[in-house]
Amino acid sequence: MAELLAVRGLKTYIGTSMGIVKAVDGISFDVQEGETVALVGESGCGKTMTALSIMGLIPRPQAEIAGGEICFQGRDLLKLDAEAMRRIRGAEIAMVFQEPMTSLNPVLTIERQLTETLEAHGTISKQAARERALELLRLVGIPDPVERLRQYPHQFSGGMRQRVMIAIALSCRPRLILADEPTTALDVTIQAQLLELMRGLSRQFGVALVIITHNLGVVARYADRVNVMYAGKIIEGGAAADIYRDPRHPYTIGLLHSVPRLDQPRKARLEPIDGQPPDLWNLPLGCSFRPRCKFALEKCREFPPLRRIEGTHEAACWVAEDLPR
Amino acid sequence: MEVRGLKKYFPITSGAIARRVVGWVKAVDDVSFSIRRGETLGLVGESGCGKTTTGRCVLQLERPTAGSVLFEGRDIARLTDAELRPLRRRMQIVFQDPYSSLNPRMTIGQMIAEPVHVHGLDRNGVKAADRVAELLSVVGINPVMARRYPHELSGGQRQRVGIARALALEPSFIVCDEPVSALDVSIQAQIINLLEELQDRFHLTYLFIAHDLSVVRHISDRIAVMYLGKIVEIADRQELYENPLHPYTQALLSAVPVPDPRVEAVRERIVLRGEVPSPSNPPAGCVFHTRCPVAIDECRAAEPQLRELRPDHWVACIRA
Repeated sequence: MAELLAVRGLKTYIGTSMGIVKAVDGISFDVQEGETVALVGESGCGKTMTALSIMGLIPRPQAEIAGGEICFQGRDLLKLDAEAMRRIRGAEIAMVFQEPMTSLNPVLTIERQLTETLEAHGTISKQAARERALELLRLVGIPDPVERLRQYPHQFSGGMRQRVMIAIALSCRPRLILADEPTTALDVTIQAQLLELMRGLSRQFGVALVIITHNLGVVARYADRVNVMYAGKIIEGGAAADIYRDPRHPYTIGLLHSVPRLDQPRKARLEPIDGQPPDLWNLPLGCSFRPRCKFALEKCREFPPLRRIEGTHEAACWVAEDLPR
Repeated sequence: MEVRGLKKYFPITSGAIARRVVGWVKAVDDVSFSIRRGETLGLVGESGCGKTTTGRCVLQLERPTAGSVLFEGRDIARLTDAELRPLRRRMQIVFQDPYSSLNPRMTIGQMIAEPVHVHGLDRNGVKAADRVAELLSVVGINPVMARRYPHELSGGQRQRVGIARALALEPSFIVCDEPVSALDVSIQAQIINLLEELQDRFHLTYLFIAHDLSVVRHISDRIAVMYLGKIVEIADRQELYENPLHPYTQALLSAVPVPDPRVEAVRERIVLRGEVPSPSNPPAGCVFHTRCPVAIDECRAAEPQLRELRPDHWVACIRA
């Protein structure tokens, strides 16, 4: 597999009235052609900001890229001008957002929203665009596509809207789709439908997927590789099989232990992660997870770099090898 | 708590001046269950299935269209608002969203003291401030936080405040309406453990409403599954998860992801076709037949009644 995307030392900072927040603080990861990579973390960990940085959609001027590279097919996207970036965005890298109601335009028909992207990215006749729109709706499993093209977003259910979003993302045959919590707002039975659909389409067209989620369960079935984020940093990464079988960062271990699991006997008590989510304006010295960590040592006041544990498995913890298995 | 034949229909109206009723949304349609003292009944289902409306009808926050709600032996659905008022302190609710259920202009302390004032319980020598401090420490918040405002708290802390507020009147029954679904995963377990500790300590009875089946299994003694305004299956926790009999329950359970790729690789997943029909125009016969993988002609004809197929395990399906 060839390397499609390589993020190197990306830093995205946001200026606020209370000071600068390092939303993304020096993260590196890559995505190979056709694979599915998960970015997992809780609210405020920087996962969405990472996606917006890749898309060139960070809210400027408050937010700015303070360093790093985002190499897509060998080109550093951060060095491109606005026009060059516009040609890539939507065409070669597409994004599916969490809230399908707020990301579709309520006053445009579904047909217009599908053809808009097509027309923006190439010379295509009205007729050809319409046919492609029909084909896309069929592809994502929307019944009565001819009828549905004339309708507006409010006439679609949440699950159907998200299918439309996927159709729009696919419309220009991108190489990479960034899906930010694509199923979080939906019911479990609809979640299952959509994830199966996304996996099927990504295999059919060889599109690479970056799935951003807070739920480790959601991606277990789909991700080839997983990166776990905490307070703007990747704190553990590697093949999905390794991360789930043998997590080596206390935060990942905590996340996996704190959720009740249907495939295991019920526990008398859940084992939560202690404390509160990190305060990004006031991060502790050294490891950001230190105040909540059961295994913290004096050494953890020093920042632990991401380091190799075994093969491609990496963790940012001084005592990764000594944690209980 | 015993609920019999509970119905809640909302009118669909049309016309700008003379509003005519053109139809009904059957949000809750003939639901019956009972909750024993000290027990937790889990109510699961997808959005729009009527689980929240059921919870609100049980508390008389919505007056039911029909049916009875027996609380500590009295049918509270028949009581007037004035008669209900003294009973209300015995029944409380914890809401889903700790961001919108707290008043942004009141301090944490004021908010917890408010129900105590409203019910006139602060006259017997105990100072409200002491009660607030006690309640905050019960839910694991440092009492000095009483002077803070909601925006200064994290989501998990806010939910703890919501719980303290529900506890302020020493209720015996609490409806927990999706109490952890708005919280980060690492915080959810803290709140679930807290709810369980409080139940043991104060002998509380819970109606726990949620869509997350793994959370519901953890906290509930018995579980009722709702679909389109009806209970389709109700059983003990272990029985329901080991022997789900209704095809909808089976599909729901199979859709819950497990955080382990090895388990997921071999797990059968029933992906339901289509979506939940509109409750204003539910399908005839069994409400689930439009999506059911095992539906036959008879399912379209008659509505299946709950039958006790195994001890204490009730299912509304002729194919079960």
